[in-house]
Amino acid sequence: MSNARALTALTKTLKPLDGYALALGDDALISSHRLSEWLTYAPDLEEEVALANIALDQLGQARHLLGFAGRSSGLSEDELAYQRVDREYRNSLLAELPNGDFAHTILRLFFFSTYQRLLYAGLTASADGELAAFAAKAAVEVGYHHEYAVSWTLRLGDGTEESHDRAAAALAELWPYTAELFAVDEDVAALAAEGLVPDPESLAGPWSEQVGTVLAQATLGTAPSGTWRPSGGRAGLHTEALGYLLAEMQSVHRAHPGATW
Amino acid sequence: MTGDLYDLWEVFVRARRGLSHQHVGSLHAPDAEVALRRARDLYTRRGEGVSIWVVPSGAVSASDPGEKEPYFTPARDKDYRYPTYYELPKEVRGL
Amino acid sequence: MTTISESRFDALLAADERIEPRDEMPEAYRATLIRQIAQHAHSEIIGMQPEGNWLTRAPSLRRKAILLAKVQDEAGHGLYLYAAAETLGVSRTELLDALHTGRQRYSSIFNYPTLTWADVGAIGWLVDGAAIVNQIPLTRCSFGPYARAMVRICQEESFHQRQGYESLHTLARGTEGQRAMAQDAVDRWWWPSLMMFGPPDATSTHSSRSTEWKIKRHSNDELRQRFVDLCVPQAEILGLTLPDADLRWNEQTGHYDYGEIDWAEFKAVLDGDGPCNRQRIERRTQAHRDGQWVRDAAAAYQAKHGQTPAARGTEGTDR
Repeated sequence: MSNARALTALTKTLKPLDGYALALGDDALISSHRLSEWLTYAPDLEEEVALANIALDQLGQARHLLGFAGRSSGLSEDELAYQRVDREYRNSLLAELPNGDFAHTILRLFFFSTYQRLLYAGLTASADGELAAFAAKAAVEVGYHHEYAVSWTLRLGDGTEESHDRAAAALAELWPYTAELFAVDEDVAALAAEGLVPDPESLAGPWSEQVGTVLAQATLGTAPSGTWRPSGGRAGLHTEALGYLLAEMQSVHRAHPGATW
Repeated sequence: MTGDLYDLWEVFVRARRGLSHQHVGSLHAPDAEVALRRARDLYTRRGEGVSIWVVPSGAVSASDPGEKEPYFTPARDKDYRYPTYYELPKEVRGL
Repeated sequence: MTTISESRFDALLAADERIEPRDEMPEAYRATLIRQIAQHAHSEIIGMQPEGNWLTRAPSLRRKAILLAKVQDEAGHGLYLYAAAETLGVSRTELLDALHTGRQRYSSIFNYPTLTWADVGAIGWLVDGAAIVNQIPLTRCSFGPYARAMVRICQEESFHQRQGYESLHTLARGTEGQRAMAQDAVDRWWWPSLMMFGPPDATSTHSSRSTEWKIKRHSNDELRQRFVDLCVPQAEILGLTLPDADLRWNEQTGHYDYGEIDWAEFKAVLDGDGPCNRQRIERRTQAHRDGQWVRDAAAAYQAKHGQTPAARGTEGTDR
């Protein structure tokens, strides 16, 4: 069956719009996976339910996007999720970093949902009708994720001394990874020129402004300085953390070649 | 009783437009904003509502169930409050 | 407790009316309910762990979504039940503390490990199946808040058992490895599932008074028999064997006879010596400890920003 397929070659030759959808789908899939790791560890029972809701929204988005990405090449969502190796994954590095403490998870979700809200809002204007319709639904979902993340960013930043310090540490650690969200490669530039996707660079300004306002209100000060801006996720160059995540995620699926579930 | 860090809130959900809000349960939250969000996550994850109210449990004043007699019995014997109390000519329509 | 209010309580029970939180009730009734509802709530919360163990390894995205939704429901159900217990004048903090320190129990089924992916299916079919048989009569239990919580839980759980059965059915018809995995899971979960109904009627200490109070409507053995009768034909359709050589149809009783349950094992697990008792409580208490600074932060923020508790709504106060 599909095991024999050289997926590397297939995903390398995906049409640009499919490759773009795959990258967004990978962002959603990996984020969902990280959030699902919180279950049974959340700081409050009510928070178990909330985090699972967001993880489920993201997983739903991932399935839609992977389905879209693989359709014209005849690849299913599960083939894409379970049979690609690390180097074929296109998610941003921010999505795959280990969870850390609750402050790390919240800050990441805050950065990410602020980005996704702008991205999906832009994508609703896509010349591709299916992507536009998907974006309209996803925009509503990430709107709520954003509200959730802002609410906790404020409470952690402006809560106790300990929560403030933890939030500040998370901010310092995660900030460098946010630049990658707005990087443009040749494919994306061409898609943006055709009106199929929003220009990532155009999202950077509004993102910085919105993030800055909340960080100030949360008494977390301004964005950290520094020139280290790791990237490479979109090209399959990941952190060491992704390998472990995928090894775990794919273990059962790969142990039973050709099986259906 | 060892107190909880967070207050208890009562949750009311309007299932759809045209219906009144109904009590569905309670939850713990540090403030109204979080209570509202948690109510959304907990009590409407299968699309059970279009609107939510949260009310601090402590703000609810309740009648004493032992007072059932004085509180609720007088309402029963005033049958002139019910439409079937009145005898009208059989031929009349639209009443 | 005066004679008058006791007789009022008895009259409500006799009329099959619900007892509500502000009604006067015998202290023993209150204590029994707190114990039972708390144990039920704890079971939901601890029950998240064995299945949560497979969240990151679910072998398809569809199964991953189903499992996430199911484990999430269990957290929600724990919350509904804690809230029902709280109407009896006990706090969530006290209840969690009783769980963490071992003063209150949870269903011993969750002290068994989930060793393969098929265990997720077996838990859905057998453990949730047994829970449903136990819970449906509780929707008519005499205490209103508990009965209402159970109505909501039973509605939501209707998918839990079906997804498990569907998963096992797929495995049983899959590759040789999948089929072996499914049979192994059923072999391991069958007997512990039968133990979920509690000790035999002859030795059950709580049953008789709970029946008088209409908290419990059927005996342990009655419910266990109902479960066995349901499962045997379901297992045949799966093409899987239930691990009991004595299991056979009895023409005279119109039920399936089943073999001897290992009550020594049940007692050992209940008393803390199951394979996972320690891990389950350690995980739960660790999550609670690790979350303290987060809960403190939200409380501090509320204090700082002086939001006095007030009613809030998503659409103002329109009626």
